[in-house]
Order: sequence, then structure tokens, then C-alpha cells
Amino acid sequence: MKKLLFLPVGIVFGITMFKSEAISWYRIQEMFLFDSFHMYGIIGVAVILGALIHFLLKKSTIKNINGEAIVFADKPKTYTASIIGGILFGLGWSMTGACPGPIYVLVGAGYEGFIVVLLSALIATFVYGALKSKLPH
Amino acid sequence: MGAGKKINYFDYNWKSHDWLFLFLVGTVIGGFLASRFMANQEAMILGEATIVYLTDLGLSMPSIGELSPKEIFSFGGGFQLKYLFMLMSGGFLIGFGTRYAGGCTSGHAITGLSNLQLPSLVAVIGFFIGGIAMTYFILPLILS
Repeated sequence: MKKLLFLPVGIVFGITMFKSEAISWYRIQEMFLFDSFHMYGIIGVAVILGALIHFLLKKSTIKNINGEAIVFADKPKTYTASIIGGILFGLGWSMTGACPGPIYVLVGAGYEGFIVVLLSALIATFVYGALKSKLPH
Repeated sequence: MGAGKKINYFDYNWKSHDWLFLFLVGTVIGGFLASRFMANQEAMILGEATIVYLTDLGLSMPSIGELSPKEIFSFGGGFQLKYLFMLMSGGFLIGFGTRYAGGCTSGHAITGLSNLQLPSLVAVIGFFIGGIAMTYFILPLILS
């Protein structure tokens, strides 16, 4: 039942994404055109706050909701995958103005076109799964 | 070996990830609540270069409370085949790229960078290479 806590966390995430306009296609174009501070401000604050939270959690002995210690796994050092996957993701980010989480927020906000984006993205994850062993990482 | 890796990827433990589905249901509810009860009462103010960009591509300016151009992202806002192409290929690129890179804006740009992960910095550079190429070169080709 403790898991139900993830529901309000999701709701807060959705509202934050909507109100900050970080899921706006207009704002994403503005960011890539280097025409506004808006998105850089949001991402910048999130990174600074994230660094502070990482630092505090690493110092503390706080447990997660399952009573386990909180550990941060290092990202795998697969730089080829990072750069090629990153470029592909960036193309999609600019095309739709959304990344994975925001797709769901935008569906909830009534932008029906994102149902197509969502289905397409889900198919793509399966295609990646099928091709994974043949791709350079 | 290839088949083994394939099976690995699809051998997903749904049970231990059930919290993710609760989170996702929450994001949909959050989007709904925000759009119904918390939408802005005035239209978004965009930068000048962005306004010129939108005009050149023949896209509408944001109306009150609107986040994304309705002609592309809302059914009934003036359907065109090129818009459907954007939704389908954009979605595919997001899904494939996120899996391939091992993370997205949250996983790499925010959590990865704030935990000083070098692979995340490389991925974020990739995000911007792809995004800039799309905004400056590919979208104008598709839309005009």
C-alpha cells in the first residue's frame, strides 16, 4: 500500500511539468533557438537542486520506502550508445517538444496527438530490444 | 549470444516495477488537473526569433492556456499528413533514443549531470546536437 505514494508523486510531477511549460513544444523550439532563458532556467535549477539532494542523501542514512539503503548506481560507460542514442533522442525531443514523462502529462492534458507519439515510442522500445545486440554500445 | 541478450531485455520483472505504473497514472492525472484547473489565463510570450521561426513555418502562435500548436498535436486542429509524420517519427526517435542512450532528460540531463556522470554529459551533448539539427534544418524541410 505504501506504493500508492507514487501516485501523488506522479500528480505533482505532471502539474509541475505543465505549469513550468517544460512540456511546451513552443518552449522547446525557443530553447534550441537559444531565444529564451526559460528552459535553461528550469533545467539549471533542477540540476543544482539534484546535486544538493544527491549530496545530502549520500551523507544521510535515510532508507527508501522499502526500508532499504538508497544507492546511486553509476551510469554504464557506454559512450557510443550515449552519443548516438542521445542524438536520436534529441531529434525526437525537438520534433514533438516532449521527452518520455511529458508524453503522459500531455495525453492527460488533452493533446490527443500524443497518443500517437506514445504508441510510436512504445513500439520503438521493443524495436530497440530486438536490435540491441546488433548495435554498437 | 545475441539471442541471449535479446531475452535479457524482454525478461522484464513487471512486479518489481509496478510503482512505475502508479507514477505514470499520476502524471496523466496531473496533466489533466493542471490543464482543467490551473491553466494560464493569458497566452505564452515567446522570444522574437521564435515568433519569426513559427511565422516562417506557417504555424499558429500560442493561444490562451495552450502549450503546443493545436494543428500538430490536437485532432481536429487542421490535420495534415506531415503532422502525422512528425508525431509518429518523433515518438519513435524518443523511444528508441531514450533506450539506446540509457536515459532521457530526467535520467541523464537532470539526475545524471547532478550526480556527475560523464556518460550523461555525453548524452546531453547528443540531445543538443539532435535537437539543434531538427529545429534548424529538418523541421523547416518537413513543414515548408
